[in-house]
Amino acid sequence: MAQKATVSWIRTNGSATLTLAGDWTLANARDLAPAVAGAAAMRPGDHCLIDAHQLTALDTTGALLLLRALGDSPPSFSAADVQGLNPANLALLQLVTARHGQAAPARPVHASFVRLLERIGGAIVDAWHQARELLGFVGMMLATLGKVFSGHRRLRLTATVFHMEQTGLDAVPIVVLLSFLVGAVVAFLGATVLRDFGAEVFTVELVSYSFLREFGVLLTAILIAGRSGSAFTAQIGSMKSREELDAIQALGLDPIELLVIPRLLALLVMLPALTFLGMLSGLVGGGLVGVMSLDFTPAMFIGRLHETTELRHFWVGMAKAPVFAFLIAAVSCLEGFKVEGSAESVGRHTTASVVQSIFLVIVFDALFAIFFMELQV
Amino acid sequence: MNADVLIEVRGLRNVFGTQVVHDALDLDVHRGEILGVIGGSGAGKSVLLRSIVGLKGPDGGSIRFLGQDTTHLGAEDRRAIDRRFGLMFQDGALFSSLTVLENVELPLVEFHHLPPDLVKDIALLKIALTGLPLDAAAKYPAQLSGGMRKRAGLARALVLDPEILFLDEPTSGLDPVGAAAFDELISTLRNALGLTVFLVTHDLDSLYSLCDRVAVLSDRHVVVADRIATVENNPDPWIQACFRGPRARGARAHRPVPAPVIPGGFDGNSR
Repeated sequence: MAQKATVSWIRTNGSATLTLAGDWTLANARDLAPAVAGAAAMRPGDHCLIDAHQLTALDTTGALLLLRALGDSPPSFSAADVQGLNPANLALLQLVTARHGQAAPARPVHASFVRLLERIGGAIVDAWHQARELLGFVGMMLATLGKVFSGHRRLRLTATVFHMEQTGLDAVPIVVLLSFLVGAVVAFLGATVLRDFGAEVFTVELVSYSFLREFGVLLTAILIAGRSGSAFTAQIGSMKSREELDAIQALGLDPIELLVIPRLLALLVMLPALTFLGMLSGLVGGGLVGVMSLDFTPAMFIGRLHETTELRHFWVGMAKAPVFAFLIAAVSCLEGFKVEGSAESVGRHTTASVVQSIFLVIVFDALFAIFFMELQV
Repeated sequence: MNADVLIEVRGLRNVFGTQVVHDALDLDVHRGEILGVIGGSGAGKSVLLRSIVGLKGPDGGSIRFLGQDTTHLGAEDRRAIDRRFGLMFQDGALFSSLTVLENVELPLVEFHHLPPDLVKDIALLKIALTGLPLDAAAKYPAQLSGGMRKRAGLARALVLDPEILFLDEPTSGLDPVGAAAFDELISTLRNALGLTVFLVTHDLDSLYSLCDRVAVLSDRHVVVADRIATVENNPDPWIQACFRGPRARGARAHRPVPAPVIPGGFDGNSR
């Protein structure tokens, strides 16, 4: 379809002529590129002419290749130098000549070791900034919460109840199911290991201690961080990217009061409630495995639960729930406020919100474990 | 004459649910011209553009694009057609994970097996042609202003040397100086590259300063498609409201002397 493109030098006494033929277009560029490189190498130093009588087509790529054939110092392409080129193509050639030749900016390339140090330093500074931002935001949340309770700011009851439904009620099935399954798995593991020692009966303590103290609240908090924390970030973030937050401020309203406090209160109420359900269904899951594979009766399981497990384990677990709720709300709302402009930014901050809140939940859980160990509860 | 018609739309019908956007719409786009399409908000200008380039299958009628009926094309033939036009979206639609240079290089890398330095050279040339400063080439779309994103989108649309360029509201959201500069850029590129331009716009200044012909979309079809002086005198009420309104008076006052239109005059013998 396209005519093959060729290029060659013709030398007559004292001057050299570059002869072009065929379609100098993008479609032929692949074959033309080596020929052009060869022609550029053979370029005579003196003044040269261009013969384009046999040229059948020229586009910007062809013009660019022609410039390359002529080497580093392309001529001005006055009509006298270029023969047989129609005016439209000459105009194209002149435009390309004018716009080309601006050298591409060199990308800064660092030595790899310097770059490594730079990235480590950057990450540390980033972490420090994030910690400071989070602390500042927690302060703002607490101050606004204080104003709400002292009556200086309104409590948005409708929004709070709406978020309680979304983060609490709607999350019940998944929290219950997951806790049930993990409870069953823990009981099964315990039974398998303890049977060798003839101590299957301690499976009850294993399930009850782990679920009341740790797993009930930890599983629920991680699920809620992934489910509701990400939703908070995405909601607030998309509002930020559509300038709705600026509109709230321009109307003289307080985005913390309007958006953050209802979400915080909803989580503070619902995370403990969900934790309670999680503990129960974990115990049920463990009990079911006990009854089915360890020849317990349900009455035996409940009886042993009463005998061996003190109420303080329950309170140790429950005490952590509001703290985790506060962490999740603070991190996810802050990440929402940090969104800038694009939809891509919403996605990035949603990911960061989930990762950070799960990270903080686990770190605080470890701190709590040490704290309660020292208290010997 | 027929050889000079690049796009021929006949009896186009587009329906969304119960809402008929286009009905019995006819439109021709001639080789080498800049055709401006104007119409009220919601008149279906962008839908018309999307139907022609194949992003939306029409609900009736036929579209002949570069001599082929594109309404019943297989996927491979469709892709061959796709490479012959360039489309600039309203906000550039640049890929946000790539730099401007990588955005412009992408079609070249995908469709042509060229040496990497040539690919880069071609892409940088296109970036320079659209008037972007070269230090913008290494930036990501999020780091650019709206006008620069439009120019980068134009560079990507031009990179395969298309025969026809579709522009979706190229001057919307630009300041008057930037909009005028963009109009001039389109005009320069059309003259140098022998492009045919299909321009969807709201901007009366663009219509007066840039377009060879204007098509008015109203009441589900093209009311008139002609030189702007002729369009102005059409008795259609929307056209009268639009071209006799206070905003049109200003645009008309600054109308440049129209250049003579020679059909096929800009493409030379080469295409």
